[in-house]
Amino acid sequence: MAKKHLVSVKVNGREQEAVVEPRLLLVHFIRENLQLTGTHIGCDTSHCGACTVVLNGKTVKSCTMFAVQADGAEILTVEGLASAGGQLHALQEGFRAEHGLQCGFCTPGMLMSSYALLHNNPNPSEEEIRRGISGNLCRCTGYQNIVGAVQYAAAKMAKVQSKANVA
Amino acid sequence: MIPPAFEYLQPNTIPEAIMLLQQHGEDAKILSGGQSLIPMMKLRIARPAYLIDINRISGLSYIKEEGAFLKIGGLTREAELEASQLIRSKYPILIDTAHVIADPQVRNLATVAGNLAHGDPANDHPATMLALGAQVVATGSGGERVIPIEEFFLSLFSTALQPDEILTEIRIPLAPPHSGGAYFKLERKVGDFATAAVAAQVTQDANGVVQKVGIGLTNVGPTPIKAKKAEDFLRGKKLDGASIRQAAQLAADEAQPSSDLRGPADYKKGLIKELAKRALSRAAQRAGT
Repeated sequence: MAKKHLVSVKVNGREQEAVVEPRLLLVHFIRENLQLTGTHIGCDTSHCGACTVVLNGKTVKSCTMFAVQADGAEILTVEGLASAGGQLHALQEGFRAEHGLQCGFCTPGMLMSSYALLHNNPNPSEEEIRRGISGNLCRCTGYQNIVGAVQYAAAKMAKVQSKANVA
Repeated sequence: MIPPAFEYLQPNTIPEAIMLLQQHGEDAKILSGGQSLIPMMKLRIARPAYLIDINRISGLSYIKEEGAFLKIGGLTREAELEASQLIRSKYPILIDTAHVIADPQVRNLATVAGNLAHGDPANDHPATMLALGAQVVATGSGGERVIPIEEFFLSLFSTALQPDEILTEIRIPLAPPHSGGAYFKLERKVGDFATAAVAAQVTQDANGVVQKVGIGLTNVGPTPIKAKKAEDFLRGKKLDGASIRQAAQLAADEAQPSSDLRGPADYKKGLIKELAKRALSRAAQRAGT
């Protein structure tokens, strides 16, 4: 058996550690070792993006990385979006308000890609939103309401930001 | 879905990485972005016994103009290329290319060098680098050697890299004035490999006569293809509707596509002709500005 490696990561603000085989995919580490099953596995071929997480500030497909590669990294999953008190992130509110999901399977990946998109581009055009989520496939919605959800969140976050700027 | 077991090695320097490659030879693969390699391992098409992760090696991530070249480091990510002000303002053909590689998540990890070193004729940067007349720097136990891109792609998944070599830098000649390039790709959906794609780079003189031209074709043969006959035809001529049409036909004749689930071979040839027209027109437009 291959030599195992210690992986130390900070996930949603919490330090986590495990000794794992090198071939353990990051998505399996998140779902099985850390029991964070919000991150989904939707395909076998790195296409669908349901496994998207934010790693050191950038979106990655966690099914196309080994856990050992993430040693020392900071990871944000969908479970880390709401505040500690349970208040939904503007994006989660937006997906609810704009009916941006049906079965919900792609939704965690969509949320993480949108989170990163809005972080880098707080006022995206519709085309920029569609490009930003182009690594996430949805079989239910036809994407229109997902775009609307992201626009809702962008507007809400801008309002909150300008209130903060005035205060 | 689950790769076979492998040993995982994390060198901190290039000499360390090269030593590991020498030690393990054909049983080892370099892991940089991993966005082509890991999917192959998950399907068990690739089964390296040793994975040498070079992501901890510092000093390989840069985009800079130095001397006569634009230099791109071996660990520079596609997303970094897209975000670079230098590339956006002076090398739009590279933006065209990076934009159509996979998707945002993949581009955060995938490297430009890996897109070349993997040796897949379906990858996008090879055609662009052929059009640009680039060189690659291979670093191995014998030191550094510079390989012209026309000599780099040998056959399917096979490049001129020796088993103990790592692609550490890409060098693109600085574009003289009156130069422009473009990359046009048709894909069935975002993230797909090209049904076909064409890269074109031209340098004109002050009268609009073509001095230098490079045309590269994606995914229409066992390797990326340099459309030499089309290039030879255009040299010394002005780019206009007629010359572009004829060059595009020559490029299509040089394509060697296979019929597959992306379309029949003659459809792909027709596609190369149309994409070549568009790439050459856009290159001419950009050269004129």
